[in-house]
Amino acid sequence: MIEVRSLVKRYGDTTVLDCPDLTLDGAGVTALVGANGAGKSTLLTIAGRLLEPTSGTVLVDGHDVTTAPSRELAARVAILRQENNLAVRLTVRELVEFGRFPYSQGRLTDDDHRLVDRALDTLELHEFAARRLDELSGGQRQRAFIAAVVAQDTDHVLLDEPLNNLDLRHAAQSMAMIRRLADEFGKTVVVVLHDINVAAHHADRIVAMRSGRVVADGEPSTVIDEPTMREVFGLDVEVTEHHGRPVVLHFLAS
Amino acid sequence: MTSRIPRTIAIILAGSAMAVAGLTMQTLTRNRFVAPDTAGTLDAATLGLVLGAMYVPSAPIYLRMVIAVVFALAGTGLFLLLLQRLQFRDIVVVPLMGLMLGAVFNAASVFLAYREGLLQTLVTWISGDFSGTLRGRYELLYVVAALTILTYWFAERFTIAGIGRDFAVNLGLDHGRTVLIGMGLVASSSAVVVVVVGEIPLLGLVVPNIVTLALGDRLRRVLPVAAVAGAILLLLADIGSRTVRHPYEVPVGVVLGVVGGFAFLAIVLRSRGRVG
Repeated sequence: MIEVRSLVKRYGDTTVLDCPDLTLDGAGVTALVGANGAGKSTLLTIAGRLLEPTSGTVLVDGHDVTTAPSRELAARVAILRQENNLAVRLTVRELVEFGRFPYSQGRLTDDDHRLVDRALDTLELHEFAARRLDELSGGQRQRAFIAAVVAQDTDHVLLDEPLNNLDLRHAAQSMAMIRRLADEFGKTVVVVLHDINVAAHHADRIVAMRSGRVVADGEPSTVIDEPTMREVFGLDVEVTEHHGRPVVLHFLAS
Repeated sequence: MTSRIPRTIAIILAGSAMAVAGLTMQTLTRNRFVAPDTAGTLDAATLGLVLGAMYVPSAPIYLRMVIAVVFALAGTGLFLLLLQRLQFRDIVVVPLMGLMLGAVFNAASVFLAYREGLLQTLVTWISGDFSGTLRGRYELLYVVAALTILTYWFAERFTIAGIGRDFAVNLGLDHGRTVLIGMGLVASSSAVVVVVVGEIPLLGLVVPNIVTLALGDRLRRVLPVAAVAGAILLLLADIGSRTVRHPYEVPVGVVLGVVGGFAFLAIVLRSRGRVG
């Protein structure tokens, strides 16, 4: 369970995040959506203790992320951002093995190896396991970093814009895999997404943000309507439906 | 024989220490062109030696070593501080900044040495030279061996830190502390090398670049290879330094400067398309 408690982040006089209360519980995919600068990534990075809040806190299974030992948190919550050293000359397997570092401190047991293999399987990376990251395509490299998070085997997984720089096919594959993390492995996945339709189709719950505040929160069918989209994105759009899920025709907005 | 065995041991320890220092710095700063030569570390250590010679001229060598280590740590710390403030961490800008910092330390050393009539001594410190390696002095390099082993012990952490701050923190690692430990270890060991044999140029740049090109960036695997390769290269350079002008000796730093310079150029030209 992830509980946000009176969380505020300010830079000087600018408040970039003001989230009094938000609880994410149980297996499933929650999508954070909103325009650029809405505070979605700020919320995610604070929950992953990569950023210090100005005040308030986030509890992960009751552990305060601002005070709990980082090593203990590493066994409960995993966060993946986009700012890693992409030119690093490690093999895919080496990178995924680092996902076990919180448990093994560098000495992998048989159990660790088994979880590494499972992560490689989940991401369909076995044939690339011995390849070096600097020789892979962007999509493959992205999958390798996600595999490291899967190997970390935490109940909570936070992903910051995992579809960035992926083409349509790889984006679809990644979303299907993120769904599997929730459905097969029972994880609580929180994912920042740019494309509202990807969120509408794959997420169980959508938290829509604007100017650092949560403005709508619920199932896709209840959150996504024309007035809310106008409020969140500042855009007049038409919302239609496909197989019972809302579809936002954002590309037709004037 | 009284000079030959100490000399060989000194070369092996110094060569491996410089290669490991460069490798570790490159990993932690995520920049293939950062080494004790290009981070201001060696120049800071030399400045410490000059100041030591000025203010405590009768100090025993271990005290000079301590002063040099303190200066190397401070100089490297300053480099890290500047690095943190740098908005645009371009692959070339970072080592350039380190070289500028080193040039300032070096200018201070030359100025002070000139005023105090220590210029001759300064030259021997700046150009690495094994001809003065005798008992009572080279033993200090065992400190370097201990620091190198300690660096190996932290290797896995350093590799993780090199992948990125976010990646490291996510795995429960204190990123800032890990970087400080690593830079501190290698700044100390390269300062001790400066005290015993003088500055050994380019080895910390060239050896790690060649070794990681072939074996990848996982420190636990490449560090021992880099250590051995650094020792071998320095042994060869030492043989060269004694044969070029036989029966006289050319400082080994000069030989390495020439060989290493060309090797480094080759690396830069080869990797130009990849680092950009």
